[in-house]
Amino acid sequence: MATQETRLAARLLAAPSIGLLFVWMVVPLAITIYFSLLNYNLQTSVTTPFVGLSNYYYFLTDPAFLTSIMNTLLLVGAVLVITILGGLGMALLLDQPIWGQGFARIMVISPFFVMATVSALIWKNLMMHPVFGIFAWIASLFGAKPIDWFGDYPLTAIIIIVAWQWLPFAALILLTALQSFDQEQKDAAQMDGAPPIPFFFHILLPHLARPITVVILIETIFLLSIFAEIYVTTGGGPGLASTNLTFLIYQTALLQFDAGGAAAGGLIAVVLANIVAIFLTRLVGKNLEG
Amino acid sequence: MGRIVLEKVRKAFAEVVVISGIDLVIEEGSFVVFVGPSGCGKSTLLRLIAGLEDNSGGKILIDGMDVTQAAPAKRGLSMVFQSYALYPHMNVAKNIGFGLKMAGMPREEIDRKVANAAAMLNLTDYLNRRPGQLSGGQRQRVAIGRAIVREPKAFLFDEPLSNLDAALRVQMRLEITRLHQSLKTTMIYVTHDQVEALTMADQIVVLNRGNIEQAGAPLELYERPKNLFVAKFIGSPTMNIISGATAARYGAPTIGIRPEHLKLSTTSGDWKAQVSIAEHLGSDTFLYVDADGIGPLTVRADGDFAVKPGDSLYLSPDPTRLHRFDDKGDAIR
Ligand SMILES: Nc1ncnc2c1ncn2[C@@H]1O[C@H](COP(=O)(O)OP(=O)(O)OP(=O)(O)O)[C@@H](O)[C@H]1O
Ligand SMILES: [Mg+2]
Repeated sequence: MATQETRLAARLLAAPSIGLLFVWMVVPLAITIYFSLLNYNLQTSVTTPFVGLSNYYYFLTDPAFLTSIMNTLLLVGAVLVITILGGLGMALLLDQPIWGQGFARIMVISPFFVMATVSALIWKNLMMHPVFGIFAWIASLFGAKPIDWFGDYPLTAIIIIVAWQWLPFAALILLTALQSFDQEQKDAAQMDGAPPIPFFFHILLPHLARPITVVILIETIFLLSIFAEIYVTTGGGPGLASTNLTFLIYQTALLQFDAGGAAAGGLIAVVLANIVAIFLTRLVGKNLEG
Repeated sequence: MGRIVLEKVRKAFAEVVVISGIDLVIEEGSFVVFVGPSGCGKSTLLRLIAGLEDNSGGKILIDGMDVTQAAPAKRGLSMVFQSYALYPHMNVAKNIGFGLKMAGMPREEIDRKVANAAAMLNLTDYLNRRPGQLSGGQRQRVAIGRAIVREPKAFLFDEPLSNLDAALRVQMRLEITRLHQSLKTTMIYVTHDQVEALTMADQIVVLNRGNIEQAGAPLELYERPKNLFVAKFIGSPTMNIISGATAARYGAPTIGIRPEHLKLSTTSGDWKAQVSIAEHLGSDTFLYVDADGIGPLTVRADGDFAVKPGDSLYLSPDPTRLHRFDDKGDAIR
């Protein structure tokens, strides 16, 4: 878009779709804002009186709110760390010329194709179940007491499930990046006499900085709104131990029937997501520049 | 320091033999150029010397030491790659100093050596830039700087100038020649540009399908090619090759005569020919002619030789410059 004319034409041509997108976004947002200012309970309200910002006040001062924020951050952070470190390791392994490489790659990617609810159910009933689960069986082999994952370590259990789902994604992106690494640079590093570990840190890791940023960005977007895995396994409990922000809003709206409060919570979640987004785009912007 | 000896060096990728038993001595301080058509194994041979590929057979000696099993960094050689292969996230200074850092040299000494190399290559102003912010010629100089600081026994260049435009290529060619004169280090240089080969080399090694066709000084290859392949490969425009009855008259199954060794005349001569195309280059004129009973020939004439397509003229080969080849394509002496 070099000249002024082409820029103007581009804007005119893009205007209809941007306009449509804007309406698509603004109408639900406006309705949500409107609901968040009402005392609107699905069970009891005959009338929905205007209550100002008190929905926000109650949502923000609810101790459950802070707990859920902490849980959200823990979940996102832990899954990011596990998937990136694990994905890096897997990518490095899969990049080696091994026998049955193609098959191994497909096997590694496959968890990504399993639906969230299905994988959560499998983990819940086949893997982590304290009586029938494989983990319990392994523990019994060693004579140990089986762990009641969802009772004692609910958030850890959910982190494991979600990390298992996202590990292939990270591994795949990082593997592609590794494969695009220039052979002559590898040769140059060999001539320079870089042993494997300095080679990894001085040359390979900087090459992977961009793909890692992309993985962080994409995963964060999806991990902030994890819901199915919690719904299927722990139901947010015990207590609030595995309730994240998304799940808290769901509880407010559909278990306590408080539409006004849920709308307020949703808007708070939007604001928080935007804060994270600004932070991430900064990070990405810095890493994606030349 | 820097005498490299190859003994029966062989390389096969799976079943495919790429280098089939090469014997070669590269004298200390010499500038050796490997030339040959694409895919003949020049890069592979260079990478074998560098240690970036494993030998399938034979031995490589550097200064009398058998380095066949040694790791690349242990051979004391530096390599300049076709794509430069600079580390994109490091600035110029770090790029040049990386090998020294890996060798565990103290900071101050690295800085001093980097500064020296940068001064030698006019890179002092760019030490803090990244490769992405440099021009092609500057990147090439950084790659050379990275090779220089390690004070190697020999430099290996794999088509280092092929990514540069014509003017820059001439300039860098001179810089590399100058570098060789000041450092006096052995250099092995791969190219398929024969102008580079003829102008830079002390010794040219002509490779074909993993074999050495001929090794020798540039003029020796030009004046006394051992076989048809070398005769056709060295020299531009290529040598005219004539076989059949005309060749038999000169006492060989095949004869060759370079375009510059055909005497032109408008009145009389050995062969009669018609001009089909005349290329006037100012200093020279290349004539593409059709000789009666022989076929198409290329002739080099003076720049002011005035002929038009369709004109007739006479050609006489210089008998002392005539090359004779036997049935197998080997030169008859
Ligand atoms: N890793 C490899 N595996 C299999 N074959 C290879 C490999 N590397 C090179 N070859 C083959 O070896 C032959 C020689 O390759 P090489 O790169 O040495 O050619 P070259 O003379 O440098 O050609 P160019 O002038 O095009 O660079 C080619 O036929 C190539 O296909
Ligand atoms: Mg090559």
